[in-house]
Amino acid sequence: MAEPILEIEQLIKEYGQNRVLDGVNLTVHKGEVIVIVGPSGCGKSTLLRCINALEDIQGGIIRLHGEEIQKGSASSQKLRQKIGMVFQSYDLFPHLTVLDNITLAPVKVQKRKKEDAAKEAMELLTRIGLADKANSYPRQLSGGQKQRVAIVRALCMHPEILLFDEVTAALDPEMVREVLDVMLDLARQGKTMLIVTHEMSFARAVADRVIFLDQGNIVEEAKPEEFFEHPKTERAQKFLHVFSFDQVKKQEEGNCSEQSESHL
Amino acid sequence: MNWEFIIKYLPLYQRAAILTVKIGVIGIVFAVLVGLVCAAVQYYKIPVARQITAVYIELSRNTPLLVQLFFLYYGFPKIGVRLSAEVCGVVGLAFLGGSYMAEAFRSGLEAVDDVQKESAFSLGLNSRQILGYVILPQALSTSVPALVANIIFLLKETSVFSAISLMDLMFTAKDLIGLYYKTTESLFLLVVFYLLILLPVSIVGTLLERRLRYAGFGD
Amino acid sequence: MPDLGIEVLFKGTNMLRLLQGLWVAMRISLISIAVSIPLGIIVGALMTVKNMAVKAVSKVYLEVIRIMPQLVLLFLVYFGTTRAMGINLSGELASIIVFVLWGTAEMGDLVRGALISIPKHQYESSQALGLTKSQTYLYIIIPQTLRRLLPLSINLITRMIKTTSLVLMIGVVEMLKVAQQIIEANRMSSPNAAFGVFLVVFVLYFLACWPISMLARYLEKKWS
Repeated sequence: MAEPILEIEQLIKEYGQNRVLDGVNLTVHKGEVIVIVGPSGCGKSTLLRCINALEDIQGGIIRLHGEEIQKGSASSQKLRQKIGMVFQSYDLFPHLTVLDNITLAPVKVQKRKKEDAAKEAMELLTRIGLADKANSYPRQLSGGQKQRVAIVRALCMHPEILLFDEVTAALDPEMVREVLDVMLDLARQGKTMLIVTHEMSFARAVADRVIFLDQGNIVEEAKPEEFFEHPKTERAQKFLHVFSFDQVKKQEEGNCSEQSESHL
Repeated sequence: MNWEFIIKYLPLYQRAAILTVKIGVIGIVFAVLVGLVCAAVQYYKIPVARQITAVYIELSRNTPLLVQLFFLYYGFPKIGVRLSAEVCGVVGLAFLGGSYMAEAFRSGLEAVDDVQKESAFSLGLNSRQILGYVILPQALSTSVPALVANIIFLLKETSVFSAISLMDLMFTAKDLIGLYYKTTESLFLLVVFYLLILLPVSIVGTLLERRLRYAGFGD
Repeated sequence: MPDLGIEVLFKGTNMLRLLQGLWVAMRISLISIAVSIPLGIIVGALMTVKNMAVKAVSKVYLEVIRIMPQLVLLFLVYFGTTRAMGINLSGELASIIVFVLWGTAEMGDLVRGALISIPKHQYESSQALGLTKSQTYLYIIIPQTLRRLLPLSINLITRMIKTTSLVLMIGVVEMLKVAQQIIEANRMSSPNAAFGVFLVVFVLYFLACWPISMLARYLEKKWS
């Protein structure tokens, strides 16, 4: 197996009395794509936010290449550059053009030359088919386009690991696909990714490993085929059942062309 | 309308208008500075300074400028602080305007979504860079309409300076009415000069606001 | 402790006179606001009608009144009428006229803002539920408008009260004028009275406006 990039041991996160993550252990290897699923409120997003040091943690340890990540510490500032994150809400900077959005951090943080960063940004934009939008402002883009740009913005920092926090959850159904395709492409290129999503068929297609998180803990961990066909734990079965039930209803109604996950 | 009278006293109004604008502009600049400091203190929740700022804002917003000026100009010399009428005007305007400007900046800062800070953070920008490249540009542009409204409000408020014997437009008009009974002409000049000061600001403000709203980057 | 001259206010009826002066200011602003609110609602509603002429006239009225300093308006009405037209208005009546003109414009602007802030789908979904037009206004639009409007109109009251300090300049005897008289009358016995008396005036204005501001803020928080 490839070298481990990210190691999480006994991670505990509390909001006041409320324990959201209760001793999570997870190791991510280079080139691995991990999809995290689970009912809402299970701590999926919190886990990503802890990895990116957006939250302080109450216990355990998170290491990137053996170096500890802690909210507020000076070394975390450096480490964070190696972690890219894309959020659910469109988080592009509204006062900057698409190109400036992408080059801001490479130029200001990594002190790269503006031309070099812009050149790379244009290459990436071309790859996702948005080169013509380089000088547009975020408000002129559709939700799907914004999320694709947000992914490119994260990529341009050359992160070693990418975190995706329900990036399609706020999108209209017809725009979900274009964003997921970009992510599939990244997986094909061998990027290391940690994805939180509700798109089950996408999870199945992209994941090397599926992690089922419930009540602050990893309940089940398996290859996608295994997890979706034969979930071992009762909680995972129940969780997946919600989706299949949803599906049956829609099929009965007769039209669900946008939902292609016909058999989970 | 006696045009001869108007032409004769035009220079007097001109001088008065310049005084009004001068004190107004200096006062507004200080008001913006006070407002920025107060907004920063509240944004970063600096202890003690935060409480002092809160008390100042309440005092400033709930008392009339005229009373503030009387207190400064007639009251303060009795405890040994003697300020010229011009300085009183500037201090009064800054005291009054500071709280309004603070409010404008504060609402601008609050309008910047948390996810903006977080995504800048996850791109590796440090807090100074996040403030400079992400938060301030957005906050300031959101504040523009309120800032323009405040500037117009403060320029209008300068009309009370005559009460502390500054020879401004109101003072001149009142003087001429008292001396020559040329009420119509004096009032006409008064209105014209205030329009000359206030209309351009109002028009520029409207244009700026429209630009920010339609052509700009607002999400 | 230096002599601040506050003791002047405890002589004779001085404090009472000062409070009466405050009452004059409050009276002017309360009468004005009571008249301005209904008029402002009408003007604000007029600004949202489709008739361009009505819209234009009300907009011009609003802009003209709002761009002039209130003190200039006071001068125009007070000196303009008494000296130019020969009508002898008392300072207090002139003040009320000006504050009503100004208050109506400000209130009109607030009403217009509140009305256009109600999203269109509120009208549409009310109609979809089968409510008549008057029912839509009565049960859906007006209650929502009021919630947005009330805190802002309460704020307008404090702005009125603060602005009444200007009526001193057209000869109305209100708190500041009384304060000046008291200071003047006691110039020999307490030379420092200007500090103490104006401090008290400052505090009294604050006490008059602050609770109203707090109420406005409370309502704003509660309903936002």
